[in-house]
Amino acid sequence: MSETQSRTRVLIAKVGLDGHDRGVKIVARCLRDAGMDVIYTGLHRTPEEVVTAAVQEDVDVIGISILSGAHMTIFPRVLELLKEAGADDILLLGGGVMADEDVVTLKEMGVAEIMLQDTPPEAIVKTVNDLVTQRGER
Amino acid sequence: MPIASIELVEKILAGETHSIARLISRAEAGSQECREAMAKLYKHSGKTHIIGVTGVPGSGKSTLMKSLAEGFRHEGHKVGIIAVDPSSPFSGGAILGDRIRMNELTADTGIFIRSMATRGALGGLARATLDAVDVLDAAGFDVVFIETVGVGQDEVDIVQAAHTTMVVSAPGLGDEIQAIKAGVLEIADIHTVSKCDRADANKTITDLKQMLMLGLEHSEPKKWPVPVIGSSAHTGEGVDTLIKTINQHYQYLNDSGEIAAKCETIARNRIIKYTENILYKQFTERCNELFQEVITRVTNREEDPHSAAETLLTTFK
Repeated sequence: MSETQSRTRVLIAKVGLDGHDRGVKIVARCLRDAGMDVIYTGLHRTPEEVVTAAVQEDVDVIGISILSGAHMTIFPRVLELLKEAGADDILLLGGGVMADEDVVTLKEMGVAEIMLQDTPPEAIVKTVNDLVTQRGER
Repeated sequence: MPIASIELVEKILAGETHSIARLISRAEAGSQECREAMAKLYKHSGKTHIIGVTGVPGSGKSTLMKSLAEGFRHEGHKVGIIAVDPSSPFSGGAILGDRIRMNELTADTGIFIRSMATRGALGGLARATLDAVDVLDAAGFDVVFIETVGVGQDEVDIVQAAHTTMVVSAPGLGDEIQAIKAGVLEIADIHTVSKCDRADANKTITDLKQMLMLGLEHSEPKKWPVPVIGSSAHTGEGVDTLIKTINQHYQYLNDSGEIAAKCETIARNRIIKYTENILYKQFTERCNELFQEVITRVTNREEDPHSAAETLLTTFK
């Protein structure tokens, strides 16, 4: 029988010229196993596509995986578009390989959290849950 | 402080994307708070052509949908898409991957795509699928596609949810005996065989056509002869014909008056589903303890399942 409760919705994307999707698929699968609705949008997305999809899907969280080194261009652009769309209540999370000082800068810009390559799956699930709880209902 | 659902109504009627998306989420969560807003929107709905697209997993439903949505946009229609994928029966979570096939559509503001997980509902749809259709309908979308989960043989709820049902078959899956079985293949108003650029597609088209010519119902000529159309999202073949046929079917429903019966079926089915949901909720709330007891008794073979159900219902009344 059908249930009636709200579930955390997460949109997962690979943005830009980056074909390494093993990690992002594992993340998607872990979040699914933690009971979330995960919208996977595949490879080579643009920031515009990600933000439009996130608004239509009314997600709580956008997770972007970047292993190409373009994170200092892509994350600020996504933040900017979210603001333009009036959707800055959507939490933006990043994953991938990045320099520590970049992580600090990105978080200052408004990325909710960056999880680097050695983050255990349980920690990813916990971070998503904690951040969504902190943000509260909307 | 979250915005009240009732305040979203005006924005939805004006077609505002955020509000549409937010109210669908609340309807999906089964929130009581959005009931008034949904009731208000329902009165503004009833103008949209609802098209169901169903078929086995991997038959090409999402890919074909992308081509069809582009076609309908070309005719100047606003297009909504509700794409349903299954929830895990274990964790309750879901991977919703239909958007991957439709990413090019995202740039078009006249197209709204929403992914939805089944959340335990059987029959190929999610519980809130038609609530989402109501919202899009009221927001001025002329055509709304519902893409079911990849179905097996028996998930036929879509026929009680859509005006026009299209069944997508892929070439190379099973012989002509599969085609004469009961279930999904019977419900089509339009059959399409996807990937028809493949050499074995003709065989599947023939099998389906022959299936449609068998049987008692064909002793009289049918008012809507179900067409079998080959299509390929890859080469674009057949897509225009499909769009034309979908429009013709809607025209036929309206001309013949069959649309009234369809709408009544949809309404009846929705009322039954809501009643079931409400009853089930009250039932589990009120009979939970006794429920656990009879589960144990039935498991230990002290009581049979049918009598247990009767015992429970007596208490419920």
